[in-house]
Amino acid sequence: MTTFKTFTLALAATAMVLPGAGFAAQAAASPIVLTGDVKALKVTTEADGSERTDLVEPAAIVPGDRLIFGTEYAHDGDETVNDFTVTNPLPAAVRLAPDADPALDVSADGGKTWGRLAVVTVANADGTTRPATHADVTHIRWVLESVSPGAKGRLSYPAIIR
Amino acid sequence: MNLHHQFNSPFATLVGAAALCGLLLPVTAQAGGVTAGTLIENTAVASYDDGAGPRTINSNTVTVRVDELLDVTLTSLDPGRVTTRPGDAVLTFELTNQGNGPEAFNLLANPVVAGNDFDVTVRAVAVDSNGNGVYDAGIDEILTGSQTTAVLAADAVLTIFVLVTVPNGVTDTQTSIVDLNAVAVTGSGAPGTVFAGAGVDGSDAIVGTTGALATARGQLVVGVANVELIKSVVLRDPFGGTSAVPGTVATFTILARVSGSGTINDLIITDAIPAGTTYAPGTLAVDSVALSDAADGDAGEASNAAGIAVDLGDVASQTSRAVTFNVTID
Repeated sequence: MTTFKTFTLALAATAMVLPGAGFAAQAAASPIVLTGDVKALKVTTEADGSERTDLVEPAAIVPGDRLIFGTEYAHDGDETVNDFTVTNPLPAAVRLAPDADPALDVSADGGKTWGRLAVVTVANADGTTRPATHADVTHIRWVLESVSPGAKGRLSYPAIIR
Repeated sequence: MNLHHQFNSPFATLVGAAALCGLLLPVTAQAGGVTAGTLIENTAVASYDDGAGPRTINSNTVTVRVDELLDVTLTSLDPGRVTTRPGDAVLTFELTNQGNGPEAFNLLANPVVAGNDFDVTVRAVAVDSNGNGVYDAGIDEILTGSQTTAVLAADAVLTIFVLVTVPNGVTDTQTSIVDLNAVAVTGSGAPGTVFAGAGVDGSDAIVGTTGALATARGQLVVGVANVELIKSVVLRDPFGGTSAVPGTVATFTILARVSGSGTINDLIITDAIPAGTTYAPGTLAVDSVALSDAADGDAGEASNAAGIAVDLGDVASQTSRAVTFNVTID
């Protein structure tokens, strides 16, 4: 990492030891907190035959398994923030699931260029380009024009372990 | 799997976080998928404008570890039934670690299979140590004890030889099957079975779609060739008839007929000159092609004292060779 903004050691230590309290400490500096998670989908069939889908902590995970990568944001500050952009790099070990929302704003070049998957292209070795596939996606981002105080939400994408 | 929550300094830059997630994990593309033990990390970065200028924050990083998938396939590398005769034979198999982690496999060769015309004896199971695809006695390692392979990396392929002995008394075209079984040492069972903590780096090991076991079938067919010798004679007396009188020329034909399967090697036909007759020099022939009487470069020799001898070499089954020679009745 090349750049750090200055911050007090005391606050950093608090964040590590007491994550809950860390949010409060962060809030002093940043009104918005991001919390990442990795979940698995568990489908339960109810007594009436309907299916219920829950997000659960992933049990054993192996190639081919499906995971939901999520990021929750919460605005604890007093001022509305603008141009709120959450960027989530896809770990190299996963690929975007085929049934991911086609409207997702994705990048297949490490975050340099963005668009819906349908319009994103990948450069071939010979200089030509081809349409990007789910497996080519390197980053996903969500852009919210503004986030009001007290607002919270969850952003997620499904991925398959390569 | 293990789940770690760790809180980064909230002020890591966007560029730094992106680089971390993109580069930290060298992921090798494999048939079995991402290598067991690989850490998958999720960190999101947000940027926004709070009126005082652009800001960037990171989420915590969540790390999950890829568990070990136990999968194996086994196939026979023999192009079909291996033709054999009583004695030693070799069956060749290929084992592939289809899992995503290093794994050893127990091997068991079972020669007693329902429907066998005969059962072979398994002498040993060996691995192709020098990788040439052919069993080399004294070079390729014989597995001992529980017949366990070395630990194979994910996607690794191993050639395996099953050394068998075909019993005496088998007859042509009889067949036999030898089943080779491979089972992951860590465990096997219904797909999805979990062996907690038994995988790479303390990850869990999970049985994949193959059940972490595989069976392949090697097949043998007996190819035994038989030679049948049919001797006939045609008489031609000095008067144009067929009576056996002094001066009658008797033409002997020895028909060597090879049946069964395979080949008869180094087939030599010999015959004595009957008492009371004399070999007619220069009449030895095989398939109507004349052979010299002398013991020389060609395949035959003949003399009154020693009789005739013709070396037919290798004769394939379903073929016949005819040796002819004349004698004169004294």
